[in-house]
Amino acid sequence: MEQLLYNIELFFYDLKGQFILNFIEKDRYKTMLTGLENTLKITIAAAIIGILIGILLATIRSTYDKNYETLKRHKGLKYYLMSILNFVAQTYLTIIRGTPVVVQLLIFFFIIFASSKNGVAIAMLTFGVNSGAYVAEIFRGGIMSIDNGQFEAGYSLGFNYFQTMLYIIIPQVLKNVLPMLLNEFIALLKETSVAGYVAVTDITRAGNVIRGTTFSPFMPLIAVALFYLVMVLILTRVVRKVERRLRKSER
Amino acid sequence: MNDNKEVLIKVTNLKKHYNNGAVKALDGVTAEIYKGEVVVIIGPSGSGKSTFLRSLNLLELPTSGTIELDGIDITGKHVNINKHRQKMGMVFQHFNLFPNMTILRNMTLAPTKLLKKKPAEAEKHARELLSRVGLADRADAYPSQLSGGQKQRIAIVRALCMEPEVMLFDEPTSALDPEMVGEVLDVMKELAAEGMTMIVVTHEMGFAREVADRVIFMDGGVIIEQGIPEEIFNHPKSERLQNFLAKVL
Repeated sequence: MEQLLYNIELFFYDLKGQFILNFIEKDRYKTMLTGLENTLKITIAAAIIGILIGILLATIRSTYDKNYETLKRHKGLKYYLMSILNFVAQTYLTIIRGTPVVVQLLIFFFIIFASSKNGVAIAMLTFGVNSGAYVAEIFRGGIMSIDNGQFEAGYSLGFNYFQTMLYIIIPQVLKNVLPMLLNEFIALLKETSVAGYVAVTDITRAGNVIRGTTFSPFMPLIAVALFYLVMVLILTRVVRKVERRLRKSER
Repeated sequence: MNDNKEVLIKVTNLKKHYNNGAVKALDGVTAEIYKGEVVVIIGPSGSGKSTFLRSLNLLELPTSGTIELDGIDITGKHVNINKHRQKMGMVFQHFNLFPNMTILRNMTLAPTKLLKKKPAEAEKHARELLSRVGLADRADAYPSQLSGGQKQRIAIVRALCMEPEVMLFDEPTSALDPEMVGEVLDVMKELAAEGMTMIVVTHEMGFAREVADRVIFMDGGVIIEQGIPEEIFNHPKSERLQNFLAKVL
């Protein structure tokens, strides 16, 4: 008990010292800044890649599902093309969602891009490819949740499938999935903390490296945790604001 | 009706089978719709009347048979069905207005994108139609702010914005509260009086009697009997029609 109290006392007594040791000495804060920069870079780039891949995959999958009957009837080139594209998309989703992102990162770094040592770029790509699979399912769910009557109303006015999607369905889908999409990016931000596996100095690795050299774990690790927490809180606020605004326009 | 009837839609031996023929929603329907004619299709539920109507603009793909619109078989492989759908306005049981758009936008979307009308021109036309159905003041409202009857009137004028040759009505009053049925039927009557070609699937026998030029009775995926309302309602020939009328009148 006494020992514990002593430790606590020592800890608070030396807060300033710990801070100087972990962040000021030898400009260690610069490592943290590099980490911060990389984490944000990877997250933002991955989110963009994820949205692009997600929209592409969701479009392929729902186009196939929605037009299966028509396509099969005509049995033309379009039918075979869509069947192949749908199969590729399905396989992609199965593989990406069926394996851990760390394993995907290691495979990308040590096998697929073994010749490149640009860890940050590879991390961007890996997390983007990974996120794309989840974004695709969010979008597909959004498209499938739109009442079929909306498609029929579009067709009956003379819009073709893509015009119906573009003018009528997608605007409604975006509204519905925006909160889920932002939640996906919150998860993505936290997932990038495994980027250190391929020697990328993200914020997590930066904190850990400092801990390793100073043997003073408290400051760097809590700083890392706080960073994620603050980012997530900001994003959550954005989600809530967006949700509230969307509800308002519905009324 | 005059004698020099001009055929607008010609349906020949139309069939729609599900599950490899186990279910026959349409089992060989042949019919002609003339320009300016109001045709009301009646029949028990599951008789194929909605399927028939939805086949006319290929929302349902027929298994076999042909549908000619202005002499062109629109079931053909190389037909651009979207062009033909522009000539056939459709009104649905559940309105299917676009919930994220204002009433005005609901009405001007298709004319501006498909007919390449100028926004101002499309808006002018939309506002004219809105005031004709007594909803001029709701142009900037969203569908969720309207009653069922108002929504259906909007759905009708939205279809009219494309200046179609024929209007298809798929049970337009079935989802409405009883007190709102009248306002929608009034709009339809007005439309009929203006000479619009209309094909209406409905359970409103009063409307059929009053407005229809011809009534078609369907059951089991085929047309059982057809004729002027007076014949159909007062002198039904087939037993099935007699049974049906006994239940609904």
